[in-house]
Amino acid sequence: MAGIIKVKMTSNVKTPARVAGNGSKSTTMPMVALIAGWLVPGAGHFVIGKWVRGLLLFVSITTMFVVGLELKGKIYSPNTGDLLDILNFAGDLGTGLLYAVARVFDLGQAAVQVAVADYGTKFIVVAGLLNVIAAVDAHSLASGRKAS
Amino acid sequence: MTISHFGAVLLFSLLTSVVFGITQRSDPQRMIRFAGFCFAMFVGGTIVASWVMWLIKH
Repeated sequence: MAGIIKVKMTSNVKTPARVAGNGSKSTTMPMVALIAGWLVPGAGHFVIGKWVRGLLLFVSITTMFVVGLELKGKIYSPNTGDLLDILNFAGDLGTGLLYAVARVFDLGQAAVQVAVADYGTKFIVVAGLLNVIAAVDAHSLASGRKAS
Repeated sequence: MTISHFGAVLLFSLLTSVVFGITQRSDPQRMIRFAGFCFAMFVGGTIVASWVMWLIKH
């Protein structure tokens, strides 16, 4: 009896379907797509051949970041010690190379000085968070977790 | 660069909705519909919240 129940239980176990092709693709490509997508907005989708989506993501996220800079938004640095600054820094870091470029060329403001600059700061942080979502989406597409 | 408060709302809503549409749905038709829904919710929610704050103040 116990054996029958065990057999029935194991036969009901379903493994998730893999849409992606062979084994090497399902291990390497998702990580490449994830990292590329983080470094350059939309690049994760370019890597897996989703050109239109990648272009739309690149334009949207980059525009948001540039508008944030133009509104005199603040670029956060890692070691201020303030908890909110650390969270905002994590958001900024999501933009990948855009953040690195902004730091290298000293773009953005060190402190928010005008009211609109607060919007700019939020634009930059949200651009980073959206880029993380886009990179994870590219990873899901490459691994087969997302159908198309 | 200067931008009005409502202009900032529209720009933020548009750009965010595009990313949400692409990443949260699978086929193009549903992506566009979801992006439109997100845009309407962002803008509508902001207008409603603005009126609520106005009512609280007055």
